[in-house]
Amino acid sequence: MIRLEHVTKTFQSSGKNLHAVKDVSLTIEKGEIFGIIGFSGAGKSTLVRCINLLERPTEGAVYLENTNLMEVSQVQLLKHRQNMGMIFQHFYLLSQRNVLDNVIFPLEIIGKRKQEARKKAAELLEIVGLSDKAKAYPAQLSGGQKQRVAIARALATDPKVLLCDEATSALDPETTRNILSLIQEINQKLGVTVVIITHEMKVIEQICDRVAVMNKGQVEEMGTVKEVFLHPRSQTAKRLLLPQGSELVQELEVGTMRIAFDGQSSFEPVISRLTLESGALINILGANTENIGGKAYGQMLIELPKEEESKKKIKDYLASQGIHYEEGGQADE
Amino acid sequence: MNKVMLELITNGIGETLYMTLTSTVIAYILGIPLGVLIYITGKDGICRNRIINFIAGVLINIVRSVPFLILVVAIIPFTRMVVGTSIGSTATIVPLVVAATPFVARMVESSLREVDEGVVEAAKAMGASRMQIILKVLLPEARPSLLVGATIAIATILGYSAMAGFVGGGGLGAIAINYGYYRYQGDIMLVTVALLVIIVQLFQEVGVRLVNKLDKRLK
Repeated sequence: MIRLEHVTKTFQSSGKNLHAVKDVSLTIEKGEIFGIIGFSGAGKSTLVRCINLLERPTEGAVYLENTNLMEVSQVQLLKHRQNMGMIFQHFYLLSQRNVLDNVIFPLEIIGKRKQEARKKAAELLEIVGLSDKAKAYPAQLSGGQKQRVAIARALATDPKVLLCDEATSALDPETTRNILSLIQEINQKLGVTVVIITHEMKVIEQICDRVAVMNKGQVEEMGTVKEVFLHPRSQTAKRLLLPQGSELVQELEVGTMRIAFDGQSSFEPVISRLTLESGALINILGANTENIGGKAYGQMLIELPKEEESKKKIKDYLASQGIHYEEGGQADE
Repeated sequence: MNKVMLELITNGIGETLYMTLTSTVIAYILGIPLGVLIYITGKDGICRNRIINFIAGVLINIVRSVPFLILVVAIIPFTRMVVGTSIGSTATIVPLVVAATPFVARMVESSLREVDEGVVEAAKAMGASRMQIILKVLLPEARPSLLVGATIAIATILGYSAMAGFVGGGGLGAIAINYGYYRYQGDIMLVTVALLVIIVQLFQEVGVRLVNKLDKRLK
């Protein structure tokens, strides 16, 4: 669906060359939800802008369904962009138009007849659950509602791709989950390929099929979410995976362990069992877990007991439960 | 005050409104495209072009630097060419437009600057052309700010029109100067100045109300 080949974007700032994106190649399959994760400044926003050429790559090729967008004319490029909807962290709705007219806006651009456009926009507002707000103005809406309008607007031209640039970063956790569910629903019902840029692992966990981990303009690691989640190879991925409560911890230290919950039942008291099984006291250093549909997702960082005996019992128990873990100080690269 | 004076002042009000409003409308017809041009060719604009931006900027600054009274006199030949005379209210409209257009262009530019760049980016992502971005995003999003600018512009142009009374312009300014200043008729001076204040106040009030009504960010 989307293929980036050796894409590089260099910015000139006060005589210096800044490589925002360096030689990135990746393929996004039709119908999947592809995540791109990285810390701030990793170049992920620039990369997603290279997909619809809001930023023209300095080098490389960008293919959308076998058309190299780098080679098409300006007029053609505008046509191709209409096949790619985009939503943003700060929504970017037209403040002087009401909700319905915001959704109509992209249809005006492609020259759709007014009546058809109104009908289409009303349908989309139905899908995102905001039919009752059609006459409201953006200033009257909450963040989550604004993002719903932005999604409806992005879908107005029936795009094949939806690009989400930190679309949930300005929203609270609950609203984030709702918006992500909506995106997932759209992906499944309408078959829209989704590209999600985020710095939050939980966004990737919740809806992505595959993920690319970016650092310093490069893709350090790419794979299915499960692979990267359970067996992170790059330093960046490992740091992103550590619970947020332990931001000071740059990497796993000796004597600590990261336990990854990947959809085990939330009702299974894993930590209590660990204590009972090993007979040792366990200190929880940080945790970032969520209950999604009765399943536990997330990480926990614990301090291991000193005794080898207890350590072994802990590992045995985790293995028997099929829970993935990673012990600090054990280089596995 | 006798009937003649009353008629004189009534005519003055009419002439002042005629000069001010006509000049403002023409200055906006010319100033909006000029303001848009200078914004879109600017550093963060959608059609960056240093040369055009520089030339337009210099032209605007030159005209804005010339004191209005000197401008009126300096362009008398041009005024004659356009309206056939260099005295009276219609003749005043020419220098008023020349002086106000660059001013309006700067106002328009600064209003456009207030538009969130992200909204422009969103429109680009939808495949909007530059023209569509100007007509459907930049100008409509800047509308409340443009209106605020227009009320400032009207008051300024009104002030200029009164100044033009010194050099053969019409309207309340000319009455204030000819009767109040040259003939020491203090009461006429007072009445005309008071009327000018009231007119400015009215425009300001209408402008503010319109902005409050039209700006959708406020509710």
